[in-house]
Amino acid sequence: MSTAVEDTHHDTHHDHKPYGIGRWLFTTNHKDIGSMYLWLSFTMFLVGGAMAMVIRAELFQPGLQLIEPQFFNQMTTVHGLVMIFGAVMPAFTGLANWMIPMMIGAPDMALPRMNNWSFWILPFAFLILLGSLFMEGGGPAFGWTAYAPLSTTYSSDSTALFVFSVHIMGISSIMGAINVIVTIMNMRAPGMSYMKMPLFAWTWFITAFLLIAVMPVLAGAVTMLLTDKYFGTSFFDAAGGGDPVMYQHIFWFFGHPEVYIMILPSFGIISAIIPAFARKPLFGYASMVYATAAIALLSFLVWAHHMFTTGMPVFAELFFMYCTMLIAVPTGVKIFNWVATMWRGSMTFETPMLFALAFVILFTIGGFSGLMLAIIPADFQYHDTYFVVAHFHYVLVTGAIFSIMAAAYYWLPKWTGHMYDSTLAKTHFWTSLISVNVLFFPMHFAGLAGMPRRIPDYATQFADINQIASIGGFAFGLSQLIFLWVVIKCVKGGEKAAAKPWDGAEGLEWTVPSPAPYHTFEKPPKVE
Amino acid sequence: MSEQRPDNSILVKRLLLTVAGMFAFGFALVPLYDVFCEVTGFNGRTSNEAAVYQEVEVDESRTVTVQFITRNAKGIPWKFEPSIKQVKVHPGEVKVVNFLADNPTSSNMIAQAIPSVAPAEASLYLNKVECFCFNQQPLAAGADTEMPMQFYLDPDIPDHITTFTLSYTLYDMTANTSAEAIAQLLKTE
Repeated sequence: MSTAVEDTHHDTHHDHKPYGIGRWLFTTNHKDIGSMYLWLSFTMFLVGGAMAMVIRAELFQPGLQLIEPQFFNQMTTVHGLVMIFGAVMPAFTGLANWMIPMMIGAPDMALPRMNNWSFWILPFAFLILLGSLFMEGGGPAFGWTAYAPLSTTYSSDSTALFVFSVHIMGISSIMGAINVIVTIMNMRAPGMSYMKMPLFAWTWFITAFLLIAVMPVLAGAVTMLLTDKYFGTSFFDAAGGGDPVMYQHIFWFFGHPEVYIMILPSFGIISAIIPAFARKPLFGYASMVYATAAIALLSFLVWAHHMFTTGMPVFAELFFMYCTMLIAVPTGVKIFNWVATMWRGSMTFETPMLFALAFVILFTIGGFSGLMLAIIPADFQYHDTYFVVAHFHYVLVTGAIFSIMAAAYYWLPKWTGHMYDSTLAKTHFWTSLISVNVLFFPMHFAGLAGMPRRIPDYATQFADINQIASIGGFAFGLSQLIFLWVVIKCVKGGEKAAAKPWDGAEGLEWTVPSPAPYHTFEKPPKVE
Repeated sequence: MSEQRPDNSILVKRLLLTVAGMFAFGFALVPLYDVFCEVTGFNGRTSNEAAVYQEVEVDESRTVTVQFITRNAKGIPWKFEPSIKQVKVHPGEVKVVNFLADNPTSSNMIAQAIPSVAPAEASLYLNKVECFCFNQQPLAAGADTEMPMQFYLDPDIPDHITTFTLSYTLYDMTANTSAEAIAQLLKTE
């Protein structure tokens, strides 16, 4: 640990931080930018969560009570957009900013000025998107997928704002992805070969390639929506020779890799946390890397499983069904490796580990319901029902979001220099775990019984299920305020954290003191 | 500080090129999709151009039922229907089916019919020699018309296709066309 001591000395000497608002506006420091991403993400999580509360409140009873159907549609649409582009993706970029340079022994991200830009354009994207809700005619109400002609012929004038905000979000994530790739390819410490990198760096590296491959396609798709609506083109307008189904093909060519963009970094986080608290090295490191790459490649071959009911030839449906099911193989490899890591490990159950364990179990449930949806004849029954809603919330909330929370609890001592209140953190975990299942598990049954998604009213037979889900929803929403409390309390003070607060943790980030100095690894560490 | 660190700018340029390439690829998907649909019959589109009737042997051993349905897109008040709900044809045999259109409004209008075939596979074997869907159709206020559609089936049509449906959706194009242009078209008819 002599490196740690030297670093402390070195860094306290040069630890100049600019002060005031200027520090945050002009910062090129990966830690500052990482923190800003994480706070933006949490803010958006609460904003998107508030919209979910509106949705669940309306669905508490059959009939229309609180809001107009058109506003309900705006809520489902903007909830989806805010959670995907505002909460999950910036959280991962924030974690990448904070952790990747420290994990690979680099002094900062490779392109620090671009890093500043990629963060600072993001709040404006969300101001535009959220601002559109207050326009005459309302915000986007066509679902986050923005299917034409709902988003062209039948949409309100705020569609242009929707398109521009998606453009800005896309540019931001492309810049973030380029930064991650260049950092990992060019800035690894001497001796840090690719196959020695922590899995979080690996999964993000692959995610970054997915991002630069598909975000431009999304930008193109929404640009076509824009010109169809305002400039008289007919990309998706059947009357002019276009084809609305083509929008779905282009969108899901982006959309399915996007699903993995939102889960691959989670795999990296879980692969860091489980070995730390099972006190065993990760089982099957190389197979984890190959499995991640396999999932990423397969993600380009499965998009049409979102569109089985559009009337594709049986041959095409079978192709997409088998490719989709094939993804279960590398995913199974991962689940197996995590379980094998825990096998005969000396496990302890600190909060990050609790979230990681919940992730493994609940993400697997979401994966299985995904397999059910991949079965063509079954999908015709499940399509556009609450079964789909249950499925993707299991993979995104108890998958992506739980892993982000696990990451936050795992690295908070490193970020703040304080241990968090673990009683409060465990309360957050247990209330979240119980309420999230009360919220989403019953939706499977509602869906199997035929309740359609994205509709503000429902048949009375679904009343009980919806009431239970809504109660779970309110409880889950409130539980997240505990998280905010834990984080604020931890930032303000608490028991001093050691450089390596988790005795089983591995990685370069634990060789620097806690809190991590403003500048780390200005002299590259030696990796043997 | 950076002794032997590789040059970032080359890598950044390559990545930016990839981004630009993928943006272009998004747009390239549009013509690619058209070609793909044309070759495979995917999505049940039919050609927008008249097929030239080639002397083919009529396969009298088989009959295929062709069903017709029509639909009005949102906002067009025309009456639009086939004169006959279905016809039985031998592959290779030329048939004419008339579609009736009636403009009940007090203004001249122009419309475009968009065809679609289900199952999509059949679209590869449907050859239209003449179709009202090849052009936009003007109709004077209060007028009605009979619009012919002449077709034959390619004798190569697979045996398992015994019935297929040809549907037309009618779109109002009046807003996109000037009143003079419509009047001109009505005069030349």
